[in-house]
Amino acid sequence: MSDAPLTKVLIADDEEPARNRLRELLADFPGIVISGEARNGKEALALAAETLPDVMLLDIRMPEIDGIETAGHALKLFRPPAVIFTTAYDSHAMQAFEMNAVDYLLKPIRRERLHNALKKARALLPQQLEGIRQLRPQRSHFSATERGRILLIPVGDVIYLRAELKYLTVRTLEREYLIDDSLTRVEQEFPDTFLRLHRNCLVAQASIRGFEKRHEPNGENHWLVLLKGIPETLPVSRRQQHLVHEIGE
Amino acid sequence: MASIKQNPTPIPITLPDLRNLGIQLRVLVGANLMAVIASILRSNTLENAWLELLEISAAMQPLLLAAMATLFVAHRQLARLPYRIGVIATFALVLGLATLLQMIASRQFGLESAPSLIRIWSFSSIVTGILLAYFNLRGRALSPAITEARLQALQARIRPHFLFNSINAVLSLMHSDPKRAETALEDLADLFRVLMADNRQLVPLDSEMALCRQYLALEKLRLGERLQLAWYVDKMPLDALIPPLVLQPLLENAVYHGIEPSETGGEITINIYRSGNQVHLQLSNPYDAAGNNHHGNRMALGNIRERLALHFDAEARLLIKSTEKQYQVHIVIPYRTEP
Repeated sequence: MSDAPLTKVLIADDEEPARNRLRELLADFPGIVISGEARNGKEALALAAETLPDVMLLDIRMPEIDGIETAGHALKLFRPPAVIFTTAYDSHAMQAFEMNAVDYLLKPIRRERLHNALKKARALLPQQLEGIRQLRPQRSHFSATERGRILLIPVGDVIYLRAELKYLTVRTLEREYLIDDSLTRVEQEFPDTFLRLHRNCLVAQASIRGFEKRHEPNGENHWLVLLKGIPETLPVSRRQQHLVHEIGE
Repeated sequence: MASIKQNPTPIPITLPDLRNLGIQLRVLVGANLMAVIASILRSNTLENAWLELLEISAAMQPLLLAAMATLFVAHRQLARLPYRIGVIATFALVLGLATLLQMIASRQFGLESAPSLIRIWSFSSIVTGILLAYFNLRGRALSPAITEARLQALQARIRPHFLFNSINAVLSLMHSDPKRAETALEDLADLFRVLMADNRQLVPLDSEMALCRQYLALEKLRLGERLQLAWYVDKMPLDALIPPLVLQPLLENAVYHGIEPSETGGEITINIYRSGNQVHLQLSNPYDAAGNNHHGNRMALGNIRERLALHFDAEARLLIKSTEKQYQVHIVIPYRTEP
């Protein structure tokens, strides 16, 4: 046990007193080193990609990206860390955690409980994440991994998503990303944000500039979607042509 | 934690307060309704009923208005008397006024056209009796058992999120800033003392404000620079009476929904002033309508609306103005320095 490598812990909480308390408690544990402190999910993920912690202590209530969503994105890290959630009081969340055997600590955090939680800390299994996803039904960002970094894409920046084999291409104004997700899931998660243009493509409603009818020499016509900010157009499948009339601009 | 006391002390039945708009309306409607019923009972056709009503009204309206005005002015004195004596005094006032008006009428318009004094006395006694009985019953229905239970249920909420986050903050200060930790615990004790107290009686605005400042000091501990406050309370009437724990829960909502979800925080504006015989309380906070869930807000607002109605009836209002960026609660209550 004494030869065991140091356990790297990352603290994420938007309240300074809460971070201070965790820092003080952790300082008393041998074998623990704090690899970073974050004020919100965004910072936590950036730090985690850099320092590759063994454990992340995530406050479930944080601005920007909250703890639950952060845990989801963190699964994409090269070595997904163990996650322990912290909360002052959220009976809803506590119930979901218990049902999915997800570890959590109640604030004010007690020394022994923190110690025990660290000992048995384990990375979240995908099915556990699924189980607690209902606490945060809509993500605020998509995430892609690139050369060990986690790139966060605000949902509002997305113009369209296209399916490519097992991955999705996500297009924003600046560039394209490749994310590990499914169109069906995204469509279900954001029913009011994205429209299904055809089997392989979702477009953000807010990005639709207009529609254009293309006449083919063989007499068949099809519709195209014109997008704001980029010259690309997207084809509308025959089955989804009713959308053209529904949106009608 | 809901209730330590099992038998709350009952609020005594009092005479109806004619200064209260809701009660004035009920008296007017009640008396006129009885006049309509009386005229229907005494007539066999609609036309006769109408004529009968006109006749009754001619005698009743001046008396009704004079009685209401007198009871308005005399309320403070009447309220000091024990209930039964007050009832007798009310009857005496009404009958006295009836006699007075009859004398004036007969002098002006002649004795024959006026209805007999006995008739006026009996009708006004019956109306007065029925109205007093109605308010008595309403008083019983609205308090102890039901209102009490209502008010107790409405107050029984601890706010766990705030409590545990604050204790956590205090713990974190124990070693680094023990003095601050000490003050924070004392503020917490004061706050919860009020939360657990009998909060059915009105309190002066002064003490509600002191509580709010203590509460906000605790929140500042957690949130630091993210919580900014703008107070506009120089014109605040310190002695105005308000139901306890009206402002503090609204501030709590403002912090939870307006400040916490924002990385940079924001400013809460508190504006309290008196205008005529009304007191206005305005609370405003930044708000991201897109990201927020309103449920907590709705419950607290319903609670406050109900307590305002229980204390002030139709004279209190709670208005909400919300834009995409700002959320404002505006409460209007009558300016009362005595319960």
